[in-house]
Amino acid sequence: MEKLYKFLKYTFIILWTVFIVAPFLWAISTSFKDFQSVNSKVTYIPWLDFEPTLEGWRVLVKSPARGGVDIVEPYFNSLFVTCTASLISIVLGTLAAYALSRFTFKAGFVRNNDITFFFISQRIMPPIVLSIPFFIFLSTIGLLDSLIGLVVVYIVLLMPIAVWIMVDFFNRVPKELDETALIDGCNPYQAFYKVVLPNSIPGLIVAGMFCIIFGWIDFFFAFILTFTEVQLLPVKVVALNSSITPWWSLSASALISVAPLIIVAFVVERYLSKGNLSGALK
Amino acid sequence: MNLIGENITYKPDDQFHLNDVSFNFKKGNLYTILGRTLSGKTTFLKTIAGLLNPDSGNLSFENNDFIKIPVWERNVAMVYQQFINYPHLNVYENIIFPLKQRKISKDQIKKDVEEALKTVGLVGFENRKIQELSGGQQQRVALARSLAKKAKILLLDEPLVNLDYKLREQLREEFKRIFTQGLSEDTILIYSTTDPQEVMELNGEVIVLDEGKVLQKGPAKEIFENPRTLKVAEISNDPPMNILKGTKSSEKLSFENILINSPSHFKNLSDQGYNFGIRASEIKLDDQGEEFEIELAEISGSETLLHLKKGDSKVIALIEEVMNFKIHEKVKIKFNENKLYAFDQNEELVSSPYGVSYG
Repeated sequence: MEKLYKFLKYTFIILWTVFIVAPFLWAISTSFKDFQSVNSKVTYIPWLDFEPTLEGWRVLVKSPARGGVDIVEPYFNSLFVTCTASLISIVLGTLAAYALSRFTFKAGFVRNNDITFFFISQRIMPPIVLSIPFFIFLSTIGLLDSLIGLVVVYIVLLMPIAVWIMVDFFNRVPKELDETALIDGCNPYQAFYKVVLPNSIPGLIVAGMFCIIFGWIDFFFAFILTFTEVQLLPVKVVALNSSITPWWSLSASALISVAPLIIVAFVVERYLSKGNLSGALK
Repeated sequence: MNLIGENITYKPDDQFHLNDVSFNFKKGNLYTILGRTLSGKTTFLKTIAGLLNPDSGNLSFENNDFIKIPVWERNVAMVYQQFINYPHLNVYENIIFPLKQRKISKDQIKKDVEEALKTVGLVGFENRKIQELSGGQQQRVALARSLAKKAKILLLDEPLVNLDYKLREQLREEFKRIFTQGLSEDTILIYSTTDPQEVMELNGEVIVLDEGKVLQKGPAKEIFENPRTLKVAEISNDPPMNILKGTKSSEKLSFENILINSPSHFKNLSDQGYNFGIRASEIKLDDQGEEFEIELAEISGSETLLHLKKGDSKVIALIEEVMNFKIHEKVKIKFNENKLYAFDQNEELVSSPYGVSYG
């Protein structure tokens, strides 16, 4: 029984690993191929099956004037927009969530839960509903097709996620912890950043991770709200496609697009597996 | 210079949490708040700490209006029934946290922490993480933090209730030692609990609280000997005092067709209906006694608790040895009439074996 269980477990793990890793292997090998190697017969191993070439990667950094599709600038645009919007969303969202978790608000029939729902409701609508208001809003204040405008829009999209996750997290931190901090001589602000915040790192990491992922992968708003001045990575990658599908440069761009998320995943994994964070609070 | 509360009322919803509570706490004394769950004990302590603001009433300490001073400037310490420590800090950092907030010199902090650790018996645990400690140790850390702070008001909110039986006994002993030796003359110690035995052992001034109202104030011995009302008698005894409705006529007391001799301390009572009260420990098995039916027999430690029934009356008897009984079995018991209490129809004490006799 024990052996069977072990066998099944490892079989599953191996199958799952293949399932996860295969697309990456495929993308890596394809990114080094040329037209000939992709379209003739099925090939896998460089030098044996096909002659590797860096052309697929070179296209990504060459300027359009020299026949390339420059994705370097959109790449850094995307990094800037995602990181700035995530950071601001986390800071504002965490403050809002703490207030919603600890203080009682009353305005007419509106209570804390209604305010929390109001935040979350921003994400309930299909994004297309928001596209026209966003467009009109940005064009009115003259921020259409600009990095700042995109950051503003992404904050609107990401903050509900941060609020949602952090409200839930703070609700599980005992109120007595804040009270003890107050009794021990902290004013409410000190109680927040000296006691509550250091114990909220797991929540902050999860919220930050979601913000970064949702910000990084967004295509829809980046597509609608930008034209020529500013371009974000997802839009540019899609623009790579042409009548003859350039599988090699598409693979290369897919790999470098996914790279930041993989780095985030590794950092977070290492941090969370330290173990001193989980179960710290009852 | 005392901690004085006047007519403090707190009613956040349609129920009183504190109802017209007044007190005068002197420095160097131990006060225990006795009450059942939801009687307002925690609200009482939180009001003194400043975590809650009462709807009306005054609170002053050392002639200052305490209500105007925010929590973080009041210099109080509080230990909760949940083991509340700072999980991101180790034991040492936990204890120095309030001291660092008050910007005390490093040498003084070191001395205070060492002293506090020694008092609670956690020397050598300085670098441990809070999550690595047992419940009892976590509560010791919380206590050490409160002691090291040398606050003028020390609040303990049912500090032992979440511990297991054995640890509770042990820590209760230590609390007694700490409270008698380790506290300065400057400190007011306020301890809340549901456990009458704890109150008797700590032997301080007692405030009996029920539904936010003070039912009785006085030394522990007095509460035990002369509970002013039936409610106090129930709250201040575990198991609760047995109450039997009956009447006194000349030299006899009768209840549930039982007739017993009226004790000498009842001689001034007029002949009428009373609520007679008797502690579980004053009911003994006796072949000459009255027949009751056993509803439940609990064995706890070296004692047996018998839940007995006769007619509409139910009594609990505490037998000081382990005995096996069958449910629905009949046993004969005898009431020690010399330890009988009498409460009138308004549930007020009219006669007790320890002297009070309003006749």
